[in-house]
Amino acid sequence: MAQLQCKDLSLGYEGRAVLSGLTFSVNDGDYLCIVGENGSGKSTLMKTILGLMKPLGGTIQWGEGMRENEIGYLPQQTAVQKDFPATVQEIVLSGCQGRISRRPFYGKEEKALARKNMEKMGITAFARRCYRELSGGQQQRVLLARALCATQKLLLLDEPVSGLDPKVTAEMYDLIQRLNREGVTVIMISHDFSAALRYASHILHVGHEVFFGTVEAYKSSPMAKRFLDTEGGENA
Amino acid sequence: MIDTLRQYLNIPFVQYAMIVGILIALCSSLLGVTLVLKRFSFIGDGLSHVAFGAMAIAGVLHLTDEMLFVLPVTVLCAILLLRTGQNTKIKGDAAVAMISVGALAMGYLLLNLFSASANLSGDVCSTLFGSTSIMTLTKAEVWLCAGLSSAVVVIFLLFYNKIFAVTFDEDFARASGTRVEAYNLLIAVVIAVIIVLAMNLVGSLLISALIIFPAMSAMRLFRSFRGVTICSAALSVACALLGILISILGGTPVGSTIVAVDIAAFLIFSVIAWLMRKVR
Repeated sequence: MAQLQCKDLSLGYEGRAVLSGLTFSVNDGDYLCIVGENGSGKSTLMKTILGLMKPLGGTIQWGEGMRENEIGYLPQQTAVQKDFPATVQEIVLSGCQGRISRRPFYGKEEKALARKNMEKMGITAFARRCYRELSGGQQQRVLLARALCATQKLLLLDEPVSGLDPKVTAEMYDLIQRLNREGVTVIMISHDFSAALRYASHILHVGHEVFFGTVEAYKSSPMAKRFLDTEGGENA
Repeated sequence: MIDTLRQYLNIPFVQYAMIVGILIALCSSLLGVTLVLKRFSFIGDGLSHVAFGAMAIAGVLHLTDEMLFVLPVTVLCAILLLRTGQNTKIKGDAAVAMISVGALAMGYLLLNLFSASANLSGDVCSTLFGSTSIMTLTKAEVWLCAGLSSAVVVIFLLFYNKIFAVTFDEDFARASGTRVEAYNLLIAVVIAVIIVLAMNLVGSLLISALIIFPAMSAMRLFRSFRGVTICSAALSVACALLGILISILGGTPVGSTIVAVDIAAFLIFSVIAWLMRKVR
């Protein structure tokens, strides 16, 4: 069953299209990697899916039982967060804000959910530590736990491993894969081609040409061949 | 000294000043963290100049209750500034600079052209630096201050979690269905109210100090958002009390004395934080 269906989508700023003619769909339990060079419109696409931007044309359709605010979003870190005084617990709990909508305070249910997700991400020991004192990998786990508080169905990850060292990167990919196997749909922006080919079930390659399909189909496409030949040296 | 103090504290207008001072200090410290971290501090500064301009107009028009004019004007400008901040034609900080400097210049010009007062520079000085206005509050003004500050505190408590979410990560908040624009607007309006209130205590030029120093001090020592918020509220109230007492005993201007105490507290907190890092 399709969770998300995009038809003939065109995206861009102030009427100027960055991407157009984008058609793809995401099914329950898929692991979609969105790849492409810098400036190809990956982030614009993500913002549009999140509802932060309006598409210039085309339609985005959510599957049955999906609401726009049921997406768990893992954004790239902002400068503000670098010296923000907040504990891990406070941040994870803030993932429940969509759930409480009009209520002013978090209840028992939300606190239990936050605890469960902190356990899942292995950060319970840091619950009372300050976010800015954690390592990059630990911070990403905190933000992932927060995203899990917002959703049980769909995670949207924006370059989740940027700035992490190889060991932590591998751990992060494993964690995401585990979540995917537990039934969470994953949409991930990445410029790490080798990881995309290894973990994803589907690839959406954006740029001058657009490819959408399964990883197997992508591997044998002429587009991927050309790309992997030039990029392969550093990423494979 | 204790006797002099007791004598002063029995005078009604000193009591009013204490009550209003504590209330204003409490609510001005609450949004400090948000203001600093959202890079909103420049909006606070700009609005305080707008409040000065509005005060000048109110003076020229001989309005009896200045607050009732200054408050809506400042709130309106807060909304306007937030809107232009999102507009790409005039960059946010340039718009703030234009409005705030413009208001300052027009205010002074109006005062010069139309003021009937014999002591013009005294009037300007007390609007800018607060001087004695807190000691001359009427009972009605005290009630207005009390009402507005309680409203600020209640709004802050009710929206504490939303304010945290919007401050920490706007994009995530928006993606999970929080109406970020509405909350930014709410924050800006509350800041405007705080600024008009604080104008009574420290004058329009020193308001930012009252908002920012307690929050920055608290951020030296505390690591949770809740801890920082509570500490900065307590610190702000303590500094305001101490500042008012010192100014009563020493005859110094209230506003700048309070800010001086705030600066001292910031230095003390910085030293404590430095020592704690050393020990660890």
